[in-house]
Amino acid sequence: MDLYRSHVMVCGGTGCTSSGSVELIRLFEEGIGQAGLEKEVRVVRTGCFGLCEMGPIVIVYPEGAFYARITPENVDEIVQEHLLKGRIVKRLLVSDAVKEDDTIKSLDEVDFYKKQKRVALRNCGVVDPERIDEYIAFDGYKALAKALTEMQPQEVIDVVKASGLRGRGGAGFPTGTKWQFTRNAVGDKKYVCCNADEGDPGAFMDRSVLEGDPHAVIEAMALAAYAIGADQGYIYVRAEYPIAVKRLQIAIGQAREYGLLGKNILDTGFDFDLDIRLGAGAFVCGEETALMNSIEGKRGEPRPRPPFPANKGLFGKPTVLNNVETYANIAQIILNGADWFASMGTEKSKGTKVFALGGKINNTGLVEIPMGTTLREIIYDIGGGIPGGKAFKAAQTGGPSGGCIPVSCLDVSIDYDSLIEIGSMMGSGGMIVMDEDNCMVDIARFFLDFTVDESCGKCPPCRIGTRRMLEILERIVEGKGEEGDIEKLETLAKNIKAAALCGLGQTAPNPVLSTLQYFRDEYEAHIYEKRCPAGHCKSLLQYTIDEEKCTGCSLCSRICPVGAISGEVRKSFTIDQSKCIKCGACMEKCRFAAISRK
Amino acid sequence: MKSLKDLEAIRQRTLQDVGIRNDRKGTRIVIGMATCGIAAGARPVMMKFVEEVANRKLQDVAVSQTGCIGMCEFEPLVEIYAPGQEKVTYVKMTPEKAARVMSDHIVNGQVVGEYTIGSVKK
Repeated sequence: MDLYRSHVMVCGGTGCTSSGSVELIRLFEEGIGQAGLEKEVRVVRTGCFGLCEMGPIVIVYPEGAFYARITPENVDEIVQEHLLKGRIVKRLLVSDAVKEDDTIKSLDEVDFYKKQKRVALRNCGVVDPERIDEYIAFDGYKALAKALTEMQPQEVIDVVKASGLRGRGGAGFPTGTKWQFTRNAVGDKKYVCCNADEGDPGAFMDRSVLEGDPHAVIEAMALAAYAIGADQGYIYVRAEYPIAVKRLQIAIGQAREYGLLGKNILDTGFDFDLDIRLGAGAFVCGEETALMNSIEGKRGEPRPRPPFPANKGLFGKPTVLNNVETYANIAQIILNGADWFASMGTEKSKGTKVFALGGKINNTGLVEIPMGTTLREIIYDIGGGIPGGKAFKAAQTGGPSGGCIPVSCLDVSIDYDSLIEIGSMMGSGGMIVMDEDNCMVDIARFFLDFTVDESCGKCPPCRIGTRRMLEILERIVEGKGEEGDIEKLETLAKNIKAAALCGLGQTAPNPVLSTLQYFRDEYEAHIYEKRCPAGHCKSLLQYTIDEEKCTGCSLCSRICPVGAISGEVRKSFTIDQSKCIKCGACMEKCRFAAISRK
Repeated sequence: MKSLKDLEAIRQRTLQDVGIRNDRKGTRIVIGMATCGIAAGARPVMMKFVEEVANRKLQDVAVSQTGCIGMCEFEPLVEIYAPGQEKVTYVKMTPEKAARVMSDHIVNGQVVGEYTIGSVKK
């Protein structure tokens, strides 16, 4: 193999791909060819680096120069200056990468990465996901080799149990225990499944693992199969993740070619093969029993538990089903030992967790932190704070099943149990940050709107109950809330949680309950005072002109699209509230700040 | 089908290629590649280092470039940064000298005194 002195790593995750990284790769290859450097410099398309906000990201090794927001116009300069002459183009580096002495920071010194600990994401952005050799170079398939040649299946389970790893899909069930149940179950055939039907709005860590390090999931599934005695696996992945699907297909093909999937793996007599099943975009198919129905070719509806999948899962056989991120930790645990993994995190939540930071935050992207990190560190140290100097109001974790974490809980440790205690949940790891302009009632309405849409309709508490809750919330944000609405919401929530068939319905009321717990005053303001404290709910807003400040320039009346503003030039203007559609155009354009929104 | 041995062979072979992505560990060979350096013949020197690293299958050595180090008359200039050691600067390098620096200094830890900036200045 040819040795290259420099590698140009261009992010090929979904985020950077949509901001044009494929074109960058072409331009880099072209520029490197023109400069005669094609034998010295290699361009690598990698998985996600995590700092999606700053994409497209390009990292040049061996210097470790972290270029951010690279445009096609920048490519030639990087080729000419950095690759040809060895002068790092500091102007294009991520903003805090240049130190005071004008040298550049290494990646783990940059603010965004400093507090992170990458275990599940360790290879994302480091390897070329379409070359199995690179995965192998970074100790890939070493854990599988170790398990097959040196460990009994029960020992594998014992290590996973001792590590304290819990399911990263959201519920946090101990992974080793799940494997033990399935191993103990009697069955002539067993299955290993991977849940890659990442459906929470705002969560994209599973996609990034599959795009950046698909072999980590394949290796872990083979390990699980060895541990429980299965020989067939399925990865259930959303069809909306085309890059992830393509890389998985390539990875599975390469693993088969190398004999790391198939018959008699590594000459140990162990057989295991894998197939991909595409989901058609139903949120409920992320629920384990619905997911297995869908793999079987049936309608994606949940079925009552028990029996649990460990005893009666896919095709009625004992089945292990884990989430992508859970699998991404397994090989590392087998290689480095349970103690290594258990040394990270808190007493009951070991290891790290990946969060997808989104919403009102400066560094939108993927972060992986040790359990026990506080929300404050995630938002201010890693996330770079709230844009525009606005005040933090709440963070929503767990998507449509989760809840809000208010300012008062900023210093709560992020782990499974602490989050449950404050009325939220870990969930799959979506973290949506909200500032003072977000209305919490409307947030609850948004998530309920989502669950109503995604309810499969099999059980009435979810099908009808969530619909009734949504109707009440819609009334409230439209200013038609009535006394007793809050109590009705609470009663409905309690009953739906108790009676729904699957996780979707059982957790659907959570966004309402947690906003009620921390922001009850906002609900009350909407209902009793017909006022939205955040100034978000259009029906409750009123634009008014301050007579003192208005100079009568008439600009607003000319801008108003519905002709709701009238007045005499050089005298104060007024807004006709019955005509006003609350678009806010007048307030934006007024040069004297005379228009206010309440 | 691959055996354990094959797997290890792939690992070793590929690690050499991807080893430079381990941020700033191991030895770095930095070559001055500004106009003055290139004009004085820095590129063949750099390629010699790359070739040597490849042939010797060294995994923790990175070949990197920098701009003008400021002593254009001594180009091609090469700086060696090894962990825990002071920087060593070699001057007026050629591919032949590069091969000797590789074997004596990088591999065996013996600085080639006669090529260093200190000996030239005397």
